[in-house]
Amino acid sequence: MLSEYLPIVVLAALALAFAVASLVVSSLLRPHRPTPAKLAPYECGIEPQRLPKGERFPVKFYVLAMLFIVFDVETIFLFPWAVGFRRLGLFGLVEMVVFIGLVFVAYLYVWREGGLDWNEPVRRSGEREQVGEALRAG
Amino acid sequence: MDWLDWLLLAARVVVVFFVLLLSVILLVWVERKVVADMQTRKGPMRAGPRGVLVSLADGIKLFFKEGITPALADRPVYLIAPIVSMLPAFLAFAVIPFGTGVTLFGRRVPFQIADLNVGILWVLAMSSMMVYGIVLAGWSSGSNYPLLGSIRSSAQMISYEVGMALALVSVLMYSGHLRMTQIVAAQDRVWNVVPQLPAFVIYLIAGLAETNRPPFDLPEAETELVAGYHTEYSGIKFAMFYLAEYLNTVTVAAIATTLFLGGWRGPHPEHLAWLWPILWFVVKVLAIIYAYIWIRATLPRFRYDRLMAFGWKVLIPFGLVWVLATGAVIVLPDVYGRRPVVIGAAAVLAVVLLLSLLWSALARRRETVEAPS
Repeated sequence: MLSEYLPIVVLAALALAFAVASLVVSSLLRPHRPTPAKLAPYECGIEPQRLPKGERFPVKFYVLAMLFIVFDVETIFLFPWAVGFRRLGLFGLVEMVVFIGLVFVAYLYVWREGGLDWNEPVRRSGEREQVGEALRAG
Repeated sequence: MDWLDWLLLAARVVVVFFVLLLSVILLVWVERKVVADMQTRKGPMRAGPRGVLVSLADGIKLFFKEGITPALADRPVYLIAPIVSMLPAFLAFAVIPFGTGVTLFGRRVPFQIADLNVGILWVLAMSSMMVYGIVLAGWSSGSNYPLLGSIRSSAQMISYEVGMALALVSVLMYSGHLRMTQIVAAQDRVWNVVPQLPAFVIYLIAGLAETNRPPFDLPEAETELVAGYHTEYSGIKFAMFYLAEYLNTVTVAAIATTLFLGGWRGPHPEHLAWLWPILWFVVKVLAIIYAYIWIRATLPRFRYDRLMAFGWKVLIPFGLVWVLATGAVIVLPDVYGRRPVVIGAAAVLAVVLLLSLLWSALARRRETVEAPS
């Protein structure tokens, strides 16, 4: 059973060896003359400012990650169902319509709440006008 | 297993590995030539006949370039990231059957590295792993552009992964097997692309986004992010990211060929029966890659919010509906007979068409009402 994976292990070892060998050989052959300017992060001549390391991102990305988990788990549930689909017949189809329907309701809710909009969520047209007026005033 | 089995296994793996490397070297040249041709330029002409050795020359140059590790970088992660992004690109190819196989020294040698019983899941797992290399590269560089590029890229890749998985689910429902060889075997009469055309289109679009190719190459949008996640990489490490990117393109095209275009299937004469399937496979993969290059030369880059909106608001609901429609088409005729189902499907289609027409008419009226103010 697990012996099926043997060729993959061999391929992974080969790829890893290739990668490590090219890194090592290249580091032996290439010049090494670092200067402070060379080692500085890429910026347009400004004193480089480091982003807080791995701590603060736009909150949008967190929302997206959570939505991804929901939908990815949903598709993972679809896989075993799809394999046994022809045996399950009508029962399986109805079951999955109910399941996808429930997730779809959540999906519509997220959409309405602006979770899928990349820019600032604008919920109702009234709010949009208010925001527009505030922008014009400010 | 005796020594001959081991030898054949090793030979198979080594050949596939180097053919993949060679294919990347050629693919870079092909892409540059085709894009140049579409833009009425000549493209690379210097290295080798018609510039065919240009990417080899680039590789050799990068190999001898000074490798700069930025002062603020997280050194171990910075070193590991190119390797992490390269490995899954090779491994994803492992489950793809690229021919029928051949008998050597009385042993059967399949033209596939490993025929896993979870083939499709392996492909999905490896395409998820690709995100790691990009995130680690951007995070460990200690610089703003790579960090922004890698966060964007990971958000894009996970968004389109859902659409890709949905496309794979409908293929799976059609063939009923996770094993790649059986998916190919199930396409002996009709290629999956015929009944599953929408899934094929979803897969190709999601594949473009997964491999960060234009028009979805936002992680490397040079006008905004310099070079995205590999801004701080130089020399051989940069070359490894480049290699991984093109390998991913080859792999995505190979998966599309296997799942939708019948894999290595194609009419062929009896003479040299083992060679023809490989040729068919290569031709199909090249056709998909050519389409990708064509798209690159044709379409401008997407804006980021539109890219995300397209993934979440179009591809995912469409994929879900298509999964259910596939299920209905497979199951309902067995239960109710063919006739009522066809009539029902036509009725549903008519209602949907009518609603969409009504919807667009209403939207147009709303626009004309609102326009004067």
